[in-house]
Amino acid sequence: MLCRSNQIRDPLRTEHREPAAVREDAAMGFDQYHEPANELPAQTRTFARLCASLTEEAEAIGWYEQRLAVEPDNQARAIMRDAQGEEFKHFCMDLEFLLRRSSLWREIAQGILFQEGDIVEHGEEAEEEAVEGAAARGAPLPGTTSLGIGGLRGSRA
Amino acid sequence: MSHLLREHAPITEATWSVIDDEAVQRLTPALAARKLVDFSGPRGWQYSATNLGRTTALAGGPVDGVTAEQRRVLAVVELYAAFSLTRDELRDADRGAEDVDLEALDAAAHQIARAENRAVFHGWEAAGITGIAEASPHDPIPLGDDCSIYPRHVARAVEALLRAGIAGPYGLALGPAAYTRVQETTEHGGYPLFEHLRHIIDGPLVWAPGVEGAVVISQRGGDFLLNCGEDLSIGYDAHDAQKVDLYLVESFTFRVATPEAAVALTP
Repeated sequence: MLCRSNQIRDPLRTEHREPAAVREDAAMGFDQYHEPANELPAQTRTFARLCASLTEEAEAIGWYEQRLAVEPDNQARAIMRDAQGEEFKHFCMDLEFLLRRSSLWREIAQGILFQEGDIVEHGEEAEEEAVEGAAARGAPLPGTTSLGIGGLRGSRA
Repeated sequence: MSHLLREHAPITEATWSVIDDEAVQRLTPALAARKLVDFSGPRGWQYSATNLGRTTALAGGPVDGVTAEQRRVLAVVELYAAFSLTRDELRDADRGAEDVDLEALDAAAHQIARAENRAVFHGWEAAGITGIAEASPHDPIPLGDDCSIYPRHVARAVEALLRAGIAGPYGLALGPAAYTRVQETTEHGGYPLFEHLRHIIDGPLVWAPGVEGAVVISQRGGDFLLNCGEDLSIGYDAHDAQKVDLYLVESFTFRVATPEAAVALTP
């Protein structure tokens, strides 16, 4: 479900500062899952929660950016700038957590983030190299529960 | 839910992690074939056959004036190694015990690794797999028990590969008995035999349970192809009040693309 109501999704009103209020909302408790939650492994549920959190932080950053663009009061702007800094931090922590849990995502991100030059070009190259590299290493298929051993050439004999 | 039915096992997620980690630790040192041949995949449980790019002519088409050929494929084989864990031990694992008895898992892991190595290096006729050693057109070199002359044998094998146009580096799969002898031996001057052999082959020297004798094998790539369907996984079979029955499983095909890229050293 991609379209959600602002009442639930507006992080400026409902995000982390009021966790109890968010949890009481039955819809919020489960709409981050695209598949039945009871069929998902624990690590996939955690991954989905952090993906939802990442989205909320990005939305909050965007909304603060808009409010800052129109707010004339310097004191109010300073407060919102400070709050937006918090959202930058939250976004980065969420992202780092997710990248640690997905080696393929991490590898692609390494080819794109903090690089000079054409972003799209870096993206295409990073994706191609990472996907081909994962296949060559015998990386586990997404969603499988294999032991993930794959090929061992180049490993210490 | 996957075909492994892990969700039906009376095993907590934390203890599944303990079991999976133990399996990886036990399997990785013993999976010699994966350290020496090209591995591709995994392609998943539903992957059933590898394309050989070849056909067999069928005698007579369905109608006059039409000929027919049938594609040949190498069917995937499934290996299973069953084991049971006591529920008391699993409960102890949940409590945080550091010395959980997973001996049955260890034994099963060793056996399935041996089976994979054996199929790759010595073949498995019933499964249509030709092994590296049996496919090699080079005369086998007797290895013997005197490991002081192993460097000479390995050097002869390398020379045979060079004469066949197979460039290095090379790898050496040593059966457990030969591996132990090599590890225990120091040559004149104190130089470890292990390092001498590694210097000759210019590649990995691996412990290979299931291998008889040894095999010198090209490491240039593209010569030996292990094609994985389901990579090694642990599935659930049944349980009662005392124990849980689990199994290790994998599916794969193996084929030799360049028979002359290996030399067998017989025990």
